[in-house]
Amino acid sequence: MRRILSNCGQTLMLLGLFWTACIALGADRPAVRVEPSDSVGPRAVEAQTRSSVVRDYVSAWKGMSRALEKNNASLLDVDFLGTAKDKLADTVQDQRKLGLTTRYEDRKHNIAFAFYSPEGMSIQLVDSVEYDVQLLDHGQVIVKRHVRTRYLAVLTPTEVRWKVRIFQALPPQ
Amino acid sequence: MTARLKAVLVSVLLAAALAAAQTSRVEFPRSIAAGDALSLSTTGNGKATLYIVGPGQALRRDLQLGDKVAFGVDEIHNAGHYIVVLAGPSFSETAELDVTARQPSALSFLAKPSRLPVDRPDGISGVVYVFDPFQNLVVQPTNVSFELSESAGPTRSRTVSTRDGLAWVRMDSAPKAGAAQFLARVGDLTEKRIVQQVPAEPCNLRMNAHRSGNRIELETDPLRDCRGNAVPDGTIVTFKETYQGTESTVDVPLKRGVAKTNMPVYEGGLISVATGVVMGNEIQTKDVR
Repeated sequence: MRRILSNCGQTLMLLGLFWTACIALGADRPAVRVEPSDSVGPRAVEAQTRSSVVRDYVSAWKGMSRALEKNNASLLDVDFLGTAKDKLADTVQDQRKLGLTTRYEDRKHNIAFAFYSPEGMSIQLVDSVEYDVQLLDHGQVIVKRHVRTRYLAVLTPTEVRWKVRIFQALPPQ
Repeated sequence: MTARLKAVLVSVLLAAALAAAQTSRVEFPRSIAAGDALSLSTTGNGKATLYIVGPGQALRRDLQLGDKVAFGVDEIHNAGHYIVVLAGPSFSETAELDVTARQPSALSFLAKPSRLPVDRPDGISGVVYVFDPFQNLVVQPTNVSFELSESAGPTRSRTVSTRDGLAWVRMDSAPKAGAAQFLARVGDLTEKRIVQQVPAEPCNLRMNAHRSGNRIELETDPLRDCRGNAVPDGTIVTFKETYQGTESTVDVPLKRGVAKTNMPVYEGGLISVATGVVMGNEIQTKDVR
């Protein structure tokens, strides 16, 4: 009986640890919601394409966050190209010169697909996003702020993933 | 002084101190256009630092409170959402700033495909992104005119308003083969692409045959599509002769609009002709003179 109780206790403890780990791991994952849309513009978005684009777009936020926190533009290579990459790389350079770093933590994404080009060469989405931004000047925290805004992103397919080509916040509606 | 009077005085002083602390030292605009100069008047005494920070740009200015702080033309040039912070030794004021794109200055025009058959409904697509001088996407609705013109034919045009910086259109290919100019226009800005419209599948593939000794000379009529456009030379035409369960095949490229070959005569044989997915007529060898 004692052995059974001991086994139960161990199982419960393991479950508890697993649950805690799940919460801890999920804690920095943003909540992502995708607006339902079968057809945007001239071409339908297949479910697999939709999930790949969302996955790579959310990953791009992480990539941007890492690059701006570490002031390392090479961290943008995985997720960005073209104008989006150039502009973010310029910001990294600005920050480095000024002794600034920024930490972006995206909390919520509400993604709506806006356009999928006829040849499948670009896909545009609008994201109502919530994120926390922390500004540090020479390592000293200046401000932390919760921001709600909308971002427009245009992604294009590359060999293995979708990359963000245009990344721009939209003015309030 | 009574205790009550003292308490009132302390409350008044605290309220005044709080009000002074809450008085904004700078008025931030809510929105500016990319490239605009920005001048902010500050109030108060002492040193402070102004930050304008977002994924698009990062700016920092040390300043003396009471002075103006200015950002020159083109200094804040990337459209986007920024946090603006005025930070001093014992205070910090934060606001948010939207930098919007300027007037259109460049078009990114993607026309697809570059080559297609004639008479294809919605066969040509055009997608235009509108950018300002700083490579910001112009998200304010903008009219884009798409014009498709053939060398000998009317110009077809359609005007579409951009949505989130993008306008797109689909247009039919022309009935006549040839190069078409596909143009996108926003005000004085134009971008041009060339779309090659080639003949579609041949219509009415027909061959003629006549006997020449122990062989049959075969020749097609000039190959045209259903709109009368000549099918390009080099298109492969396949002649097939079937006789008692055996087949012999000859592939011939089109030359000057026709395909020619000769095949041996097998009495009771059947000769057919095809190109791509288009089947032509059949001829019994016994009927050939």
